Amino acid sequence: MDCYTANWNPLGDSAFYRKYELYSMDWDLKEELRDCLVAAAPYGGPIALLRNPWRKEKAASVRPVLDIYSASGIPLASLLWKSGPVVSLGWSAEEELLCVQEDGAVLVYGLHGDFRRHFSMGNEVLQNRVLDARIFHTEFGSGVAILTGAHRFTLSANVGDLKLRRMPEVPGLQSAPSCWTALCQDRVAHILLAVGPDLYLLDHAACSAVTPPGLAPGVSSFLQMAVSFTYRHLALFTDTGYIWMGTASLKEKLCEFNCNIRAPPKQMVWCSRPRSKERAVVVAWERRLMVVGDASESIQYKQLTIQVLLDRLVLRRLYPLAIQICEYLRLPEVQGVSRILAHWACYKVQQKDVSDEDVARAINQKLGDTPGVSYSDIAARAYGCGRTELAIKLLEYEPRSGEQVPLLLKMKRSKLALSKAIESGDTDLVFTVLLHLKNELNRGDFFMTLRNQPMALSLYRQFCKHQELETLKDLYNQDDNHQELGSFHIRASYAAEERIEGRVAALQTAADAFYKAKNEFAAKATEDQMRLLRLQRRLEDELGGQFLDLSLHDTVTTLILGGHNKRAEQLARDFRIPDKRLWWLKLTALADLEDWEELEKFSKSKKSPIGYLPFVEICMKQHNKYEAKKYASRVGPEQKVKALLLVGDVAQAADVAIEHRNEAELSLVLSHCTGATDGATADKIQRARAQAQKK
Amino acid sequence: MAFPHRPDAPELPDFSMLKRLARDQLIYLLEQLPGKKDLFIEADLMSPLDRIANVSILKQHEVDKLYKVENKPALSSSEQLCFLVRPRIKNMRYIASLVNADKLAGRTRKYKVIFSPQKFYACEMVLEEEGIYGDVSCDEWAFSLLPLDVDLLSMELPEFFRDYFLEGDQCWINTVVQALHLLSTLYGPFPNCYGIGRCAKMAYELWRNLEEEEDGETKGRRPEIGHIFLLDRDVDFVTALCSQVVYEGLVDDTFRIKCGKCHGPLLGTSHMAGLVFNEIRNEHFSNVFGFLSQKARNLQAQYDRRRGMDIKQMKNFVSQELKGLKQEHRLLSLHIGACESIMKKKTKQDFQELIKTEHALLEGFNIRESTSYIEEHIDRQVSPIESLRLMCLLSITENGDARCSLDTHYGPEHLLTFSNLRRAGLLTEQAPGDTLTAVESKVSKLVTDKAAGKITDAFSSLAKRSNFRAISKKLNLIPRVDGEYDLKVPRDMAYVFSGAYVPLSCRIIEQVLERRSWQGLDEVVRLLNCSDFAFTDMTKEDKASSESLRLILVVFLGGCTFSEISALRFLGREKGYRFIFLTTAVTNSARLMEAMSEVKA
Repeated sequence: MDCYTANWNPLGDSAFYRKYELYSMDWDLKEELRDCLVAAAPYGGPIALLRNPWRKEKAASVRPVLDIYSASGIPLASLLWKSGPVVSLGWSAEEELLCVQEDGAVLVYGLHGDFRRHFSMGNEVLQNRVLDARIFHTEFGSGVAILTGAHRFTLSANVGDLKLRRMPEVPGLQSAPSCWTALCQDRVAHILLAVGPDLYLLDHAACSAVTPPGLAPGVSSFLQMAVSFTYRHLALFTDTGYIWMGTASLKEKLCEFNCNIRAPPKQMVWCSRPRSKERAVVVAWERRLMVVGDASESIQYKQLTIQVLLDRLVLRRLYPLAIQICEYLRLPEVQGVSRILAHWACYKVQQKDVSDEDVARAINQKLGDTPGVSYSDIAARAYGCGRTELAIKLLEYEPRSGEQVPLLLKMKRSKLALSKAIESGDTDLVFTVLLHLKNELNRGDFFMTLRNQPMALSLYRQFCKHQELETLKDLYNQDDNHQELGSFHIRASYAAEERIEGRVAALQTAADAFYKAKNEFAAKATEDQMRLLRLQRRLEDELGGQFLDLSLHDTVTTLILGGHNKRAEQLARDFRIPDKRLWWLKLTALADLEDWEELEKFSKSKKSPIGYLPFVEICMKQHNKYEAKKYASRVGPEQKVKALLLVGDVAQAADVAIEHRNEAELSLVLSHCTGATDGATADKIQRARAQAQKK
Repeated sequence: MAFPHRPDAPELPDFSMLKRLARDQLIYLLEQLPGKKDLFIEADLMSPLDRIANVSILKQHEVDKLYKVENKPALSSSEQLCFLVRPRIKNMRYIASLVNADKLAGRTRKYKVIFSPQKFYACEMVLEEEGIYGDVSCDEWAFSLLPLDVDLLSMELPEFFRDYFLEGDQCWINTVVQALHLLSTLYGPFPNCYGIGRCAKMAYELWRNLEEEEDGETKGRRPEIGHIFLLDRDVDFVTALCSQVVYEGLVDDTFRIKCGKCHGPLLGTSHMAGLVFNEIRNEHFSNVFGFLSQKARNLQAQYDRRRGMDIKQMKNFVSQELKGLKQEHRLLSLHIGACESIMKKKTKQDFQELIKTEHALLEGFNIRESTSYIEEHIDRQVSPIESLRLMCLLSITENGDARCSLDTHYGPEHLLTFSNLRRAGLLTEQAPGDTLTAVESKVSKLVTDKAAGKITDAFSSLAKRSNFRAISKKLNLIPRVDGEYDLKVPRDMAYVFSGAYVPLSCRIIEQVLERRSWQGLDEVVRLLNCSDFAFTDMTKEDKASSESLRLILVVFLGGCTFSEISALRFLGREKGYRFIFLTTAVTNSARLMEAMSEVKA
């Protein structure tokens, strides 16, 4: 049995180390890694290699090749580099490969070598070319820092939301710094650079000289610097073979070490094992590797969440594995399985060799109506790949009709979009589609579409009523809706028109429309209104005062109150005010005037069509009992009791009721016997009742 | 008197949470605009706002001055203006005029528009068209449920009625859906759902979709409210058209209760709440005066106890009882004042005649007398709104068009009102050209034909049978009364109309709840023209407690009246249920008519 410690080698006095292979790389590299640009993604992500990056030196026919491997060397993609010379490669936090070209253009590729997009680092960079570039990670995402040929720095802290920042000039910087790095502290990106024996910290506002605490003397130049992944620690390698390790804030020294090797190292990186408190820097030369360690406290953050892990599996198209993990972890469907299936579906629609029907069916079979799956998102992806028909097929599976609308609009299926919007019951959505349609279709077609969709039509009408009156009229015209057109012009006659001529003209148009709508009643009423308006105008001219806009009833009343009885009579005749209504009107007006004489004359002009009870009522309302009594005597037998009660003659009312032998009347009188004096009357009624019952 | 709740009545959920939610959200929105600001409030939102956050709360959150949104230039000198408005186009124009005036004057301020209860795309479009979209920030105050009472939630959207039932505009349905969603989020799912009406069905389906989408939120929650019943106002216009005679309804008809407060000349502005009111609100008016005077006598007796008290007792009395008594005294005199005022207006012969006519219309008796009463009403040209109401009532109950030459006599805009009433189904036409007199002559001929027997039978021989009459018969809406209906001890929901008529809406609800479905009501549903819009949806819900199954949320789309509320409260007491009311607004006949009226702007 092997001894456990057999493969451990002593390191110094108190430490041991061992070396063993975790796994072997599957790749079959023909080039030396040193001849390639290499970028390995964090968290065991993919590795990118750009072979022959320095095209200028080689024959033009030898184009660089970009290879992407998994962390274990399984080839994922390989493509010929046809673009400009590349200065630097790096992976973003989303596992996108950023390729920084000499001209400042950054090309972005996916894990499988699929081109995503590109962006430029700005004109200044384009003019002065890129001397050096770093891709770094911040809490916002991934950033790019550029050192230009003019020895100026430009950086973007988050390539997902590109904002270029040109850093201030470093005073007296004539050549490239001996080494530099991007730092991220307090959510701000900085550049730390070394020029001869000096260190400078650049932020977006200023350039300040900094000194590491406890730095050994005699340093004339810094050859390498390294920051830890979390930007908490910094290591510096000087030309004296001295290594300084401390916090990146340059406030504290952790340790120092003199290795006595003065050759500049090829590479220096921080490393640490998970959950280990040991911080170490690995320094590499051509044929030598050195680990410099320090036992200080450190905290390992669990940065890779389950969600990110799943994303990474999805990016590698390992859908079944991702789903198994979700199921194993019992993740809620929406966060887990549904999301992965949706990703799978988005990948599926890109398979151009499969027919629309088959893709749609396959997707629906797998996804069914899994909650949290958005068919409209998948359809949008299909449309993005130019597969409109497939997109429409997929949209049919989308249960929420509202979700279908935006894509349908994008695909110019506006009418279908309108029906779906209406189905959704969301009036805002309907309105959005309507405005689209309005711009897309000619007016006639637009109106035609509306006509077939009453809900949309109502909505649009409501809007037009406030905002576009002319359109409203056109809408009614288009439909030959004469009734509504009539109403429209009636409204215009008092809301829009000021001048009397304009108002009459609007009413005339309204009347014509009503005739066309076979609504003679409305047409006649409208014509009456025209006549009334003209007449009111004349009255104002001749009599003065305010007549316009009064109703017919109020016009006649105003005339009577003004003493123009003749005019009032004429108006009533002209407009054929029914007799009963006219009598009520005159009665009320004369009583208001307290013109009792005229009222009496009027009451005797002919037999009242409304009887005489109203005279009693109205006089009593004016508290004129004397006049009221005059009319009470003329009230017909049916209403006599009521009239007598109105004028307060309870005793006589009782007599009449008894005479009528009317039970309802008797109770009515009885209910009025409230005063002390009415006791006798009440008795009388009770006696009469008793008598009636005997019979 | 003042029927107490049954001891086994289920507890109501606590709706005050809704107020707190609304207040917190408003404060959050106000704080989005830090610093001093002036607040412009739309008139319609003032009373609801007052019940959520009073002036001192607004001041605490740096609201400096308050203005009413009206068509006047703003005098505000604040650097920040905040507008709290309903999503209406005219409000957008108003805001645009202010912002554009500032621009002309070279003035820059911060503007924020808070839409309540939601923002409409059309509003944003108008802001854009007016060129100020970039100058204002928009927010939504999703305040759509105002608890007016322990069992009454109002959306305070009176415009719902006109917008939906007249203009066919569905924009508020989503607001209803959101409100229902909020309720189910707070109070658990509703295991039993019923509804009738086109709007009810649509709202219900959209709500269901929303719940399914946001699955999991309400899943697994214990339902607090066992049933929900959605009802469109146009299923029953008749009830809403009637004069109200229960106290709260009568106060609303006479003085208008706005947002739970009454703005009467005698009452000043007073809250329609409190002990005295709770005892009389659901009472038939004829009982109220007697009750109040009894109450006054009791109060006096309690005051009188002071006599013969020693110092210690007196001290006790003053510190513990006097305040309560004084409060009660104040409320009592308030309601006595209201009663006197109502009596003056309503118990006159006019009012009794009016009620008599309405009852005759409901029962379908003495049509000739009723029509001539209405004609006289029109002849007197007292109140166009009243005349319109009576014509609508006549038209629906008799299914004949009471078209009169009312139009020019009231002004041309009423021609449009007529067309609106017809479109909304409040005025129905029997045949084109039929006028009131034509109907009248037909009816009178039949009435005088004694051999034809009962008038109702005679009426049925008219070409088109009145649906209301048939529905009334099927649902037994006119109770048979032997002797006097004792309004002090009501025996059915008809008491809210003096025993003459059981509100159709309430009867439908009663019947469906009894059957737990629409089964056996097919004919009624057909007569209501709602064959496609009556639905039942039961989810098997084992978690529902028996207590929750006796709680019923009734949703009135287009408004409900206090009479309906009183009637269902009565039904609840009879059956051991408790009803919770959610209405787009509390309405009455005058509001219904005004909503349909075209007025000169």
